[in-house]
Amino acid sequence: MATETSTETSAGQERPAHRRRRGGRLGAFLFATPLRRHLVLAVLAMVAVSVALESTDAFRNGQLAAMAYFGIAAGGLTVLVGLNGQISLGHGAFMAIGAYTAALMLRGENPLPLAVVLVAAAAVALAAGALVGVAAARLHGPYLAGATLALAVAVPGIPLHFSGVLGGEQGLTVRVPAVPDWFADAVFFVTGQDPGRSRYLGYVGWFCLVVTFVLLANLARGRVGRTWRAVRDNEVAAELAGIDLGRARVLAFVVSATCAGLAGGLLALSARIAAPSGFTLSLSLLLLSAIVLGGLGSLPGALVGAALLTFLPQLATTLGQDLGLSDVRAAELAPLAYGLVTMLVVLFAPSGIAGWVRRRRTSPSSSPVPSGRHET
Amino acid sequence: MPDIDGADTAGAGFAMAGVSVAFGGLVALSDVSLEVPPNRVLGVIGPNGAGKTTLFNVACGFVRPDAGELWWRGERHDRLRPHRLAGLGIARTLQDLGLFEHLTVLENVMVGAGRHARTTFWSSLLALPGHTREERALADRAGAVLDRLGIADLADRTPAGLPYPVRKRVALARALVAEPRLLLLDEPASGLSGEEMAEIGELIRGLTDRMSVMLVEHHMDLVMSVCDDIVVLDFGRVIARGRPEEVREDPAVLAAYLGEDVPAEPGRSTC
Repeated sequence: MATETSTETSAGQERPAHRRRRGGRLGAFLFATPLRRHLVLAVLAMVAVSVALESTDAFRNGQLAAMAYFGIAAGGLTVLVGLNGQISLGHGAFMAIGAYTAALMLRGENPLPLAVVLVAAAAVALAAGALVGVAAARLHGPYLAGATLALAVAVPGIPLHFSGVLGGEQGLTVRVPAVPDWFADAVFFVTGQDPGRSRYLGYVGWFCLVVTFVLLANLARGRVGRTWRAVRDNEVAAELAGIDLGRARVLAFVVSATCAGLAGGLLALSARIAAPSGFTLSLSLLLLSAIVLGGLGSLPGALVGAALLTFLPQLATTLGQDLGLSDVRAAELAPLAYGLVTMLVVLFAPSGIAGWVRRRRTSPSSSPVPSGRHET
Repeated sequence: MPDIDGADTAGAGFAMAGVSVAFGGLVALSDVSLEVPPNRVLGVIGPNGAGKTTLFNVACGFVRPDAGELWWRGERHDRLRPHRLAGLGIARTLQDLGLFEHLTVLENVMVGAGRHARTTFWSSLLALPGHTREERALADRAGAVLDRLGIADLADRTPAGLPYPVRKRVALARALVAEPRLLLLDEPASGLSGEEMAEIGELIRGLTDRMSVMLVEHHMDLVMSVCDDIVVLDFGRVIARGRPEEVREDPAVLAAYLGEDVPAEPGRSTC
């Protein structure tokens, strides 16, 4: 998902004057509408993901799957916080809801197809998001932060209370369904080897991420995204322009919670368990810090943030071990590294890594006043 | 229909009848009646604190009156909600402009054109061709208004950093793109130079073939040259109403502006 998903780009790119030729007629056809642009990028992204998954071992496959579900949750959160200006310290709770939904549905002898399970995980989180969103739409700033914080604290307590169904402290173990034959055949046909379960989950996770990001990018670039940003920038003026503030806010919250639910379902599959300890407050806070690091409101930024969340701890630990630290000491480096990166980003790239990249790319040849657009 | 000073409009315009608003013990508006007939410009003037802004806020639903009636095109709308205004064909500009600072100028105006949009959340989610077509249509519509106001070349800029008169035009464009039947202008001339003020006056007069206008303004030159009718407020009450030349001579108005006791000697000219 590259630049087009960046949500702060001007609407001007959709305008007739901007339907410029990129690489001749085929390019013009492929990039003519936002949907085609997003789909082309999606296909390219899937190709890149296949290469990455096929060229790495099971451990890296697992990490890539983790990056995918963090990316989905971060993508949903960045839309809520960056585009609509609401804050949520409780997205870990929606991930928990998705994870437990998936875990419960995969219990029986003949579980439903994985696609159905994941859609259900997202749908249950959607319903929960609608409930919370209605309350959230009436709250502002610190009050909203407090309310969602309470959600993040309360939801992991539910399994403890209903330990009969939800497994209590130990949680529910998740049986990963077998790799479907058609998928195994397809991978074998291309690569000549059978995909393991972690590779399969990597594909599933990234496929979900790409689909989610295409949909989020469509929203962000269209009227819905513009409405959300208008509400964020000036409530009174947005209302006068005919926007129902409550409706816009609830919608953003629901979209965001749905993403978190899907991410939770994928997390349960990857971790093979849904337990309260997986959805502590720090998960919610890490998600929030990931989108701030990546750049608020930017989908590529959310992906960058997810990559940091996934790979930075292990990088720091490995580095520490290479420097001769004991394993325990090396593991303590991870939060330190994360904190350092956060400080550096806040100091040198206040608009996040995506914002910094965008500015670097546009600043040398920026022409603040574009030529007139309505010549006729 | 309210009967306001015997005006006979058959319910085609906007009217307030007997509107009163009090904030705690403070009376902001007291039994205010006024009417904006179709294709006319009504000016609301008065000293600071006279209740002009409250009047505007009542007209667009931000403040619910304690008493009184609101009429719009023959129907009573006592429970106006601000976000329903655009759908009713009423647009308003804000004193502080209220631009969306992180949207481009074009996007700002496109938000104002939301009334012309029909597609749903789902077509936006899937970026269906209908939605894409509609987005282009909205952009063209917004661009045309920017063009009319002479700021089309700034379409891709964000409002931050644009000079104040230009920002004012963006706000006006956002209101006009909705193609309202009634335009409420909150101090359209504040912060403008004499030349720009003349321009805006001309522009407002040019709108009357399509809509009625109600404006609150301090600059007497503009009010006198632009308005068909004027309502003068003081301490929340209507102290005078009529054509500009009548209001100009009204002793109660002169007294309110110059701080004299109200029943001033009728014959004395203070101009």
